[in-house]
Amino acid sequence: MRRSRTLALTAAAAAVVMVVTGCSSSAKGGSGKSSAGANDANAGGANAAVKNIVNASDKKGGTVTYEMKGTPDSLDPGNTYYAYIYNFSRLYGRPLTTFNPAAGEDGNKLVPDLAESLGQPSADGLTWTYKLRAGLKYDDGTPITSKDVKYAVERSNFAPEVNSNGPTYFHDLLVDNPDKYQGPYKDKSGDLKSIETPDDTTIIFHLQHPFADFDYLVSAPQTVPVPQAKDTGADYVKHIAASGSYKFESYEDGKQAVLVPNTNWDKSTDPIRKQLADKIVLKMNIDQATIDKDLLAGNAQVDLVGGGVDPQTQAQILRDDKLKAKTDNAYGGRLVYMAINSKVAPFDNIECRKAVQFAIDKVAVQTALGGPIRGQVANTVLPPDIPGHQDFNLYETKDNKGDEAKAKDALKACGKDSISTVLSARTERATEVAAATQIQAQLKKVGINVEIQQFPQGKYLTDSAGAPQFTQDHNIGLMMMQWGADWPTGYGFLQQIVDGRAIKPSGNSNLAQLNDPAVNKLLDDAAVNPDRAAREKIYGDIDKKVMESATYVPLTDFKVFLYRPDNATNIASTPAFSGEYDYLNIGTTK
Amino acid sequence: MTDLNKTAADAVQDAPRNPAPAGDPFLSVRDLRVHFDTDDGLVRSVDGVSFDLHKGRTLGIVGESGSGKSVTSLAIMGLHRSKRAGITGEIRLDGEDLIAAGPDRVRQLRGRELAMIFQDPLTAMHPYYTVGQQIVEAYRVHHPQASKKQARARAVEMLDRVGIPQPDRRVDDYPHQFSGGMRQRAMIAMALVNDPSLLIADEPTTALDVTVQAQILDLIRDLQAEFGSAVIIITHDLGVVAELADDILVMYGGKCIERGPAETLFDAPEHPYTWGLLGSMPRLDRELQERLVPVKGTPPSLINVPSGCAFHPRCPYADLTGGRSSSELPVLTEAAPGHHAACHLPVAERHRIFAEEIAPRL
Amino acid sequence: MFAYIIRRIFAAVVLLLVVSAVTFAIFFLLPRFAGETTDQLAAQYIGKNPSPEAIAAVKSNLGLDQPLYTQYWNFLKALVSGAEYKFGPEPATCHVPCFGYSFKNHLEVWPEMTSRIPVTISLAIGAAVLWLVSGVTTGVISALKPRSIFDRLSMGVALAGVSLPVFFTGALLLTLFSYEWPILDNLEYVDFTDDPLMWARNLILPWVSLAFLYSALYARLTRAGMLETMSEDYIRTARAKGLAERKVVVKHGLRSALTPIITIFGMDLGLLLGGALITEQVFSLKGVGQFAVQAISDNDLPKILGVTLLAAFFIVVCNLVVDLLYALVDPRVRLS
Repeated sequence: MRRSRTLALTAAAAAVVMVVTGCSSSAKGGSGKSSAGANDANAGGANAAVKNIVNASDKKGGTVTYEMKGTPDSLDPGNTYYAYIYNFSRLYGRPLTTFNPAAGEDGNKLVPDLAESLGQPSADGLTWTYKLRAGLKYDDGTPITSKDVKYAVERSNFAPEVNSNGPTYFHDLLVDNPDKYQGPYKDKSGDLKSIETPDDTTIIFHLQHPFADFDYLVSAPQTVPVPQAKDTGADYVKHIAASGSYKFESYEDGKQAVLVPNTNWDKSTDPIRKQLADKIVLKMNIDQATIDKDLLAGNAQVDLVGGGVDPQTQAQILRDDKLKAKTDNAYGGRLVYMAINSKVAPFDNIECRKAVQFAIDKVAVQTALGGPIRGQVANTVLPPDIPGHQDFNLYETKDNKGDEAKAKDALKACGKDSISTVLSARTERATEVAAATQIQAQLKKVGINVEIQQFPQGKYLTDSAGAPQFTQDHNIGLMMMQWGADWPTGYGFLQQIVDGRAIKPSGNSNLAQLNDPAVNKLLDDAAVNPDRAAREKIYGDIDKKVMESATYVPLTDFKVFLYRPDNATNIASTPAFSGEYDYLNIGTTK
Repeated sequence: MTDLNKTAADAVQDAPRNPAPAGDPFLSVRDLRVHFDTDDGLVRSVDGVSFDLHKGRTLGIVGESGSGKSVTSLAIMGLHRSKRAGITGEIRLDGEDLIAAGPDRVRQLRGRELAMIFQDPLTAMHPYYTVGQQIVEAYRVHHPQASKKQARARAVEMLDRVGIPQPDRRVDDYPHQFSGGMRQRAMIAMALVNDPSLLIADEPTTALDVTVQAQILDLIRDLQAEFGSAVIIITHDLGVVAELADDILVMYGGKCIERGPAETLFDAPEHPYTWGLLGSMPRLDRELQERLVPVKGTPPSLINVPSGCAFHPRCPYADLTGGRSSSELPVLTEAAPGHHAACHLPVAERHRIFAEEIAPRL
Repeated sequence: MFAYIIRRIFAAVVLLLVVSAVTFAIFFLLPRFAGETTDQLAAQYIGKNPSPEAIAAVKSNLGLDQPLYTQYWNFLKALVSGAEYKFGPEPATCHVPCFGYSFKNHLEVWPEMTSRIPVTISLAIGAAVLWLVSGVTTGVISALKPRSIFDRLSMGVALAGVSLPVFFTGALLLTLFSYEWPILDNLEYVDFTDDPLMWARNLILPWVSLAFLYSALYARLTRAGMLETMSEDYIRTARAKGLAERKVVVKHGLRSALTPIITIFGMDLGLLLGGALITEQVFSLKGVGQFAVQAISDNDLPKILGVTLLAAFFIVVCNLVVDLLYALVDPRVRLS
């Protein structure tokens, strides 16, 4: 799960958003009428950038300003785990593959970037081969070779003592050396044998087991080439060798980065980048209120974090139809849910789990979570912006408002009159706690008495909800959680939370401890199935199976609320990056 | 020592001090009233005081705290700044009415013609400036043409004159480095640096040791003799004026209740309040337990001044006036040549009471 | 005097040592009492789902696996003699004074921090000048004409100023003058040496919002001080000399009334130099305060230590300067 700052934002916004939603429903009614007429042709109206590229333009020049609250973990492509840096880093670094810069489903499409085509898996699925395009150069004019890609993977996955921010999928998936590879900093002469570079344009990955989503894995900035001679470790962030359409003019940690066109970038090698702006400025540590005002005033084009405007600005925008026409309320590729612990009695009985499923009024929970602007009521595990998502509802209640009678019946079928259990939530997340409180009240009505226990989010997965023994010892039968995928496929989304073999004594994400051989097998089938359509169907099936087990109570599909300034061009909200706008080709008319 | 050997100076001292001079007084105060408008009401701090003072003579103004003596002196200096202070009457300095004159004119006179020494020399001097700097400042205000060097020389000279040892060194000391007596000497030096014609000393010795008190009084007397200026000594202590004053003015409740030459006032005081003051005067020839009999009762409120004679609530002889003292305001009348008192008791009765009841106890 | 300064500097060094030790202890011991293990501490500096190997690697690289006293000793040693760190292919030298490398992004703390000092100094000094001038002037005028319309009005405004937080006034000024009427828009710190005019232009709003708070405070302080001083005996003496009123007020009154204000000013300035947290946040200024906020939210010990010591250093220095100034101003202090 790529981390997103939206979490913190929503948490902080909690109380205000709840007030705001009161207004939003009425504002929505008003804007519905006017949004068609109020907006100019170019702006496209509310949610236009969720479906199409808004303000599409090839106009060159100008300065595009990105602003962000706080600082990124790192701009070093090999040392980051934030969706918005994955997105932004493609301006100066080209991974082997990337996502099509487009809106909606088109944005989920994987396209070759540094590679001339998507990867070629071997018949057994254990080997993936990529060919680099011809004529690739760094900003200093030196050629880019496949060895630099290999080096980039080595430094980002095998040197946790220096580049510790990113995920280590390659480390976990690639075949290790017989004597355990120590990474390029400790082992200067050696290398990882499972990445072969027979020539300067070919790179071959050897996997421990088949992995159908490998093309998605190499879309991570960890495959952005890094010349070994220029890698200074932690300091590399200060002089990153650029392979994208932009290069660094300056970088000041915690302050700002300035990008200018990379003159050694060749358009003929790159079908997707446009290199429109003369300058791209990323300002860090900007107050969220200032970012919002700068967006509304057109001083800035993009809020880099892409988590959406703050609650006050949201209220202001919702009151004004003209402003509302310039917003996108997109899915953030994330599910807000409650896991039911199938290993804690009496929830080891499916009927008791069903009682919970029926008892919950999801509309009330949605309100506690910030209202429809911050999430749509969900009934499936896969969010609608993940390919393979199918609409179904196994525990239908009228208007999603819960059904006490059905819940009580289920409880009776479970052989219980009442249940006492614990519901866990994360202290720092005010909306999560608010939702938990709402659920507590709803469950009480059907005889399920819930005690809410809060845990710090830093230890939620390591020590409490994510530690099965702990949940057993503390009678934690219900757990609040959110989940987003690192890449937008059913596998990327589901594997960690439904695969019974992914259950760990600590850091466990399969909170329900669902271990259904049928589900596990479907996952394995999907992982090796080379046919995308077939895979997506399987993900839908898994979703159904999981819902049949009643172990997960989907609450809402998280949404972001973004504002697009008039003077920003080529704006498209992409599910590939948690609903953020695609940063590859944003220009300005300013 | 025979009479033949008497020097002229001795003769002066033996004679009644400074016979009242003829001619226009240097300072003439007529019907001075200083009223303060406060939230509690109108405070009549000074209510119709009149007196004259000639050059070379010393006037002692005596009274309890709150009697209006300090307010009178500040009025003469033009130091009542509050908008709530209403000052009426006349204060003529060498013929010029200070009340009618503008504040700038009074400021020019202040420090040059009129100088003042205050009760506590420690708080009256600025702690952040050297003694020399403060004297130099006083000098240069009225001698803008004087160079710093000249002014400093003048300061050293004045410190020398008031008896500060090693004045050229001590001139750079700060007030807190001086002893109490030295500070008051320095204050006097500062007051006299411009040869003022009128020096007002407001309780100049109250804050000092008894031994130092005498030295300071001696110094004031010597300097007056030397400079020939007019001096007003303000004190609650008759003992202080006994040594210095030619004339004495006794104030009570913002009014003058007795006024006369020092000798007659001490020998034959007319007002029962003055009797009380004399009774509370410390004297070396009296037994310890008998000393310091204060005037019974508390000073009057200046907002609700008692009707009639302001002193009547405290006066042991009030019932001898047939009720007049509580209903009728007594006026100053001449009881002896140049000696006035404001009392309803008949003069003969007063003299009898003094002779029979008061004098033996003094 | 010289011995006095030496003594004070020695005391300051001891104080800074204590501050560093306390910061160190708070950072390590408090979480430990709350049951946090070193593994969890290390895990904060790694991405999500850290592998045990990554935790072990980061622990040993940051020295978290060593005993606490060794870590503290190494920190002190690095301060005075520098250190070598290995966060890349080649060991890098951390020059004296070495505050070590950030746990979070492995960059040298000292240059990162010192690069922010000019911003904070510009903010603090500019605001200080503004608030001293406006606050003291207002206070003096109010004190000289107590209960006048000016006095009542300015003290009313001062009360508002004291009660309104910077994040309100700052945000208000920003909304009005950067967005509603964009006279001062696109505020971004520019070095004084690069462009003094832009430097001032872009700092006016932060100065004003910070100074508003403080000048309100100083106006009230000055007023109270002046009222007290102007009733002192030596003021009457000064008037009795025949001094012009302006001279009485400035030379005799203000000088005394300002002395306690110097003390408070020194403290305030020292605190501000350690980072004007809220103002920097509201105006997105990249000063020491924002560095501190970032350090704390990242739980990044070397940065926290660095910024704590820097703040303590500024406070100590400002206090020393105040004490020296005090001695200069008040001879009673100097000579006793």
